[in-house]
Amino acid sequence: MVRLLAALVGIFFSGMLLYSFGSGAVAYISEPPAPTAEHESHLHPKEVDWSFNGPLGHYDKVQLQRGFQVFKEVCSACHSLRLVAFRDLKALGYEDPEIKAIAKNWAIKAPDVDPKTGEASTRPAVPADHFPMPFANDVAARAANNNAIPPDLSLMTKARHDGSNYVYSLITGFQPQPKELLKEFPDAKTPEGLHYNPYFANLNIAMAPPLTAEGQVTYGPGQPKPTVDQMAKDVAAFLTWTAEPKMENRKSAGLAVVFFLLVATVLAYMSYQTIWAGKKH
Amino acid sequence: MSFPWAEHYSPTHPLMKWVDDRLPLPRFVYNAVGAGYPVPRNLNYFWNFGVLSGVALTIQIVTGIILAMHYGSNAGVAFDSVEHIMRDVNGGWLLRYAHANGASFFFIVVYLHIFRGLFYGSYKAPREMVWLLGLVIFLLMMATAFMGYVLPWGQMSFWGAKVITGLFGAIPVVGEPIQTWLLGGFAPGNAALNRFFSLHFLLPFVIAAVIILHIWALHIPGSSNPTGVEVKGPQDTVPFHPYYTAKDGFGLGVFLIVYCLVLFFGPNALGHPDNYIPANPMSTPAHIVPEWYFWPFYAILRAFTFDFFFIPAKLLGVMAMFASILLLFVLPWLDTSPVRSGNYRPLFKKFFWLLVIDVLILGYCGGAPAAEPFVMISQVAAAYYFAHFLIILPIVSRIERPLPLPNSITASVLHQDSYEGEREALPGMGADTQPAQPGLAH
Repeated sequence: MVRLLAALVGIFFSGMLLYSFGSGAVAYISEPPAPTAEHESHLHPKEVDWSFNGPLGHYDKVQLQRGFQVFKEVCSACHSLRLVAFRDLKALGYEDPEIKAIAKNWAIKAPDVDPKTGEASTRPAVPADHFPMPFANDVAARAANNNAIPPDLSLMTKARHDGSNYVYSLITGFQPQPKELLKEFPDAKTPEGLHYNPYFANLNIAMAPPLTAEGQVTYGPGQPKPTVDQMAKDVAAFLTWTAEPKMENRKSAGLAVVFFLLVATVLAYMSYQTIWAGKKH
Repeated sequence: MSFPWAEHYSPTHPLMKWVDDRLPLPRFVYNAVGAGYPVPRNLNYFWNFGVLSGVALTIQIVTGIILAMHYGSNAGVAFDSVEHIMRDVNGGWLLRYAHANGASFFFIVVYLHIFRGLFYGSYKAPREMVWLLGLVIFLLMMATAFMGYVLPWGQMSFWGAKVITGLFGAIPVVGEPIQTWLLGGFAPGNAALNRFFSLHFLLPFVIAAVIILHIWALHIPGSSNPTGVEVKGPQDTVPFHPYYTAKDGFGLGVFLIVYCLVLFFGPNALGHPDNYIPANPMSTPAHIVPEWYFWPFYAILRAFTFDFFFIPAKLLGVMAMFASILLLFVLPWLDTSPVRSGNYRPLFKKFFWLLVIDVLILGYCGGAPAAEPFVMISQVAAAYYFAHFLIILPIVSRIERPLPLPNSITASVLHQDSYEGEREALPGMGADTQPAQPGLAH
């Protein structure tokens, strides 16, 4: 009885599936899915040889400081970094007084409440504050940015596939829309106010090219030339750190743990062999 | 417990005697996972995965309880509290990555454990209850993992919750009220998040309880083994401790190495980037996919694209997805072959490996976007999945001519070494009674 019922259920489901497959296959062959502009033109991020790649990779603190400078002078005008506090900058090699000064002089003031009237007010940030938001709310953010909200960047490199490469590729990927693409897909013309970028999922991004000229940010003495490419790499490295600030702790702990486990496993194997010695199995 | 020659617990220390007389807990442990449990001597490494599943559950409970001390199960703070754990809690990144990847590794070892059972016929009489309880554990695990994935309240958390609870919405007439009732609202929100957290905390302990039943049921007939031939005498078994505790210790080391490599060097490799974007009911992700361990079932769900008379395709998909798991409950009565082990079933063996490939293909399609050709591939693969269990297996068990079975476990172990075999054939003269020679490889 069980087997009969089972066979009937099996025939029903398998039959339905094979029927669906058959009609799907007919449709697929008679009317192959049309290629889309996204499918044809979307590019995977460019590979960068980051200092933090691989199991032994470390952040390059000097690079992170340059990246922070790019964030501060360019990105922070529109993008927030709400999960990161000024005090966290210590990991980039800044000293306490420097962090105090960075917080105090930050262009956007920290929100506060007037202690006398209770009205909303602002004050200079302190190291314990997170980076203040550039816009009061989403409506204000949309109003100032052509109806698109500049996303928070704290986790950006973990919130996209291949994030560090993606951020670098996106920033350096702005270009005029290729003529061949328009010829093939006339509907795919980049709308007014958007910008063509093949690294962006739907090819048209609201953000204007943020880094446009060499020397847009002035790097300190002894640093590499601030080309667009260099600045993009630096800020992508900085955002990798904001997304994964404990990466170095993680990798060094991992090496110790795996080494310990290797030794323990060899010992476990030897005791297994010893205990089973003389016992065929 | 299971065999008359099992070693008896006889405490020598007065304290242990005192305890054992009043509460025989040490005796219970001794008989369950100590020297008092005789186990077939020929178990291979696939028998490590039961213990490894228990270890994985323990890792989840320990890390989970500490994470719960820092997590806030409120839709307004959940996402940020997870990031607070990652950034500001001492060792919080380790706890969270250990827990998130621990779920994946729990499923890896459980899937290997299940396929071990499928290949070696562990579900057959007299071990049906072990199999059924195992499936209950599997269902509880799936519910727990699903609700756990909602807790970080990222984009995939939110939309995954919406899609999965939406499955109940496919039930005719009562579906939508049920979905609303389950969620405590019309869409996943604070009510859903809170109840998921509460249940996510509760269910692992229910799993632990069912594991006790699972082991209890196992100890009635005793463990199966790669030959599928039942234990015939003391020469066929060794005490669980120290023999299998030592072997499991080695297996545990290998498991932990692989787990830690992922945990420390690629902790986000098994996750989806979208879950690092806070939940946003106004923005649907391009592709909503569950965690990788649900992909085969997700592929079956999406494989149904046609209505069957009055049954809409979505409902068919939901029915098929539940059926794909529930059919395992009748497996002991579908596979009627008296031979347990796939090693002695040439035809079964071929179909078994076909099933393994089939499930891997389903898994790949379940993680891929819902577009051609993946839908067509998953339709064929899902058709085979159902056909395998419901049609092919009963026929195979009927028409197959199994290979000759060894006379006993000991005979199969020793068949290449007739000298030792002869010695061991004589009771009391076997290698078992030889003085142990530590360090001497056999």
